[in-house]
Amino acid sequence: MKTELMSANYAAARAVVSARVEVVAAYPITPATTVPEQIALLSEKGIYKGEFIRVESEHSAMFACIGASSTGARAFTATSSNGLLLMDEALHWASAARLPIVLANINRSVSPSWNIHVSHDDSMSKRDTGWIQFYVSSVDEFYHTIIQAFKLAEDERVLMPTMVNADGFVLSHTVSRYDYLEPEEVDKFLQPYSPPHWVMDPENPVAHGNIVFPEHYQEFRYSMHEGTKNALDVYLEIEAEYKKLFGKYFGGPIECYKCDDADYIMTSQGTIGAEARDAIDQLRKDGYKVGSARIRMYRPFPIDHIRDLAKGKKAIASFDRSVSYGFGGPVANDIRASLYATDIRPLIKSYIGGLGGRDITVPDIKEILLDLIKHEESGEAGPEETWHDLR
Amino acid sequence: MSLRVRSCRAHSGCVLVVNEVNTEPEGRANMPKTSYSKPSVGATGKTGSWRTFDPVINYKECSKCRTCWLYCPEAVITLEDDGTPHIDYDYCKGCGICAQVCPRKCIDMVRKGTRDEEDEE
Amino acid sequence: MMVATKEIPLKEYVLKGNAACAGCQDMVALRHAHKALEGDVIQVVPACCTSVVQSLWPKVGMNIPILNTAFMASGATASGVKAALRAKGKDDTTVMVWAGDGGTFDIGLQALSGAFERRTDMLYVCYNNQVYSNTGTQRSGATPLYAQTTTTWFGKREPEKLLDLIVAMHEPAYQATANAAYPRDLFDKFKRAKEIKGPKFIHIFIPCPQAWNYPVEKGVEIGKLAVETGYWIMWERIGDKFELGRHSKRFQDPSKRKPIEDFLKLQGRFSRLFKPEKDEEKIKEIEDYIQHRWDILLKTLT
Repeated sequence: MKTELMSANYAAARAVVSARVEVVAAYPITPATTVPEQIALLSEKGIYKGEFIRVESEHSAMFACIGASSTGARAFTATSSNGLLLMDEALHWASAARLPIVLANINRSVSPSWNIHVSHDDSMSKRDTGWIQFYVSSVDEFYHTIIQAFKLAEDERVLMPTMVNADGFVLSHTVSRYDYLEPEEVDKFLQPYSPPHWVMDPENPVAHGNIVFPEHYQEFRYSMHEGTKNALDVYLEIEAEYKKLFGKYFGGPIECYKCDDADYIMTSQGTIGAEARDAIDQLRKDGYKVGSARIRMYRPFPIDHIRDLAKGKKAIASFDRSVSYGFGGPVANDIRASLYATDIRPLIKSYIGGLGGRDITVPDIKEILLDLIKHEESGEAGPEETWHDLR
Repeated sequence: MSLRVRSCRAHSGCVLVVNEVNTEPEGRANMPKTSYSKPSVGATGKTGSWRTFDPVINYKECSKCRTCWLYCPEAVITLEDDGTPHIDYDYCKGCGICAQVCPRKCIDMVRKGTRDEEDEE
Repeated sequence: MMVATKEIPLKEYVLKGNAACAGCQDMVALRHAHKALEGDVIQVVPACCTSVVQSLWPKVGMNIPILNTAFMASGATASGVKAALRAKGKDDTTVMVWAGDGGTFDIGLQALSGAFERRTDMLYVCYNNQVYSNTGTQRSGATPLYAQTTTTWFGKREPEKLLDLIVAMHEPAYQATANAAYPRDLFDKFKRAKEIKGPKFIHIFIPCPQAWNYPVEKGVEIGKLAVETGYWIMWERIGDKFELGRHSKRFQDPSKRKPIEDFLKLQGRFSRLFKPEKDEEKIKEIEDYIQHRWDILLKTLT
């Protein structure tokens, strides 16, 4: 392991080398572009030893990954925003075919209007494709989570594709320290991919994906649901092993900061969760019992972890950098739904903001938490949903 | 059931709807994680039941030229070493192409049920 | 020399009892294509009739590996299959796309273009029955002028796209047209394609009894009439060396061609050209377009 200085995108390209990916297919889109650029360079220098297909669209990128994974190769792609949206059909295809492809999505706002900065709208709208979803908050976490994602996706109990999301520009183009692992080191953790059930092989011909009737279709869908749900426990195992081997641990499905004794929690995804630490520290100095919970794993949704987190808390502010039009913050609503069947009843307020790359800084986070505390203390819940900094 | 080919529009839809072979509900415990299929003769059942007319080879006239085998869409014609063709009536769908392409016109299409099965030798 | 019928291998890769319609010419093409490739192939199939003829899970009516893929994604999926084979050092296996005309002329054109521009070592086969047959016979970019479909009830007003020229402009390593009514010629073309590295394209004419509305036993006759009327041109191009096929050579001379009516009147999809009365003008238009196709093909590729 050696420490290097790099942007998240460059580090993602190194993760592809470390994980001995066999096929990459990618298409340029800002801000993901520098991932395939770096892979191309590493490939031309002979450092990345797999195949790199310079496809003509994101739809083709994911279908090339599907072709490669179906033929038994470890496959990877990276994209953003409209690129991810164009992949939609392929995302559903990959998960239903149970292909353990890993996708690095550099979160970017969706058009129109053109905006290349971060929102989580792109990946949140892919919530129901069957893909496992992670949101990361640092270059180091991005690099290591991509490596972990292969192990998770390829686990026979899971066999579902995995998306690792990183905030556009905030991480993708910002240089930071991360710890690089040589492929030989990663070999101790990640074995070569061997499809456990079917593979395209002339020696043993099978057809994949021909017609399935109503008598069986639903059972295959149930199996996907099981695979995705299994990902939670399997990830806990994987993280424990990774920590033992490399000393790296990023906090499980939900990384908590000063949550244990807190009365008030702010949940968030991505880099806001890193920013929140400073806000928490400042508010603690002022005597507020606050904590930050950064949701790393969004699908499967860590329901039990959410329940444990919410137990005994007075109020939770869920911050979403995305919106489900007509129903508000997607994560906020998932948190509410997770608690409904229990008697855990903190006040839950949904905050939406930071869209189109609008900065969310320490003062913003403090403002949100103080708004939460004000409503909880006054006994008046106020609006269920607040658009932060709506001008 | 009889099919009016001239009015038919939905390609193969009926074939799949009336499929009798693969629709046995099976518990998910016995199912794989995803739908991969194994090569099988009769994947759609005994498709000979689709036939209205049976092709009948007049072996006295047959020159063993293999043309019927060449053009059969269903791969139901097998050849002996000398080229003598045999039709598998379990699966022949009765399209009649073999009778059309036979250079000696020695394959007749006869209404199902009227064929003398001993002729097959 | 064309292969003799008795030299074509007896082993079948299309298995009897599949879900193809009776008289399906696609199955004739598949049979002989796979006899030529001898099983060392991975076949990518987008949404098309060939996805249905395989029959239902857990069985499949073909004895080769088949990867079904999305309608517009064949070129990309095959690129991924090829890359995986290369990564695993199994580069000799042929990767073949088997796509219909909708999946090639229309929705799949971009992925095909991308794969060929990347010089992907693959064989792309378009089996062209000139209509979205699988969804109930809607018009495609390959549907001929004045053919009736369920989206052109009174006949299509535009002629078919000159796909072969679009593909030729990608300068494939090998390109050919074929016709299910000439299986020996088709077999030879697949044999040749198997031995050539790089992007390869075979475009097969496939009469469809359902969509074209002709008696099911007439598939071969119609396929041959397409060539004999000059409607379908058989040719081959290895690198930039173009050769008019032996079956089409004599029909380069329009006076040698059978009247186009012989081809049209057998098919219900052209019935409006003959009923209530014969529409000489439209038939002439079709004939002119056939000549145009000959002219532009030969002008461009020779």
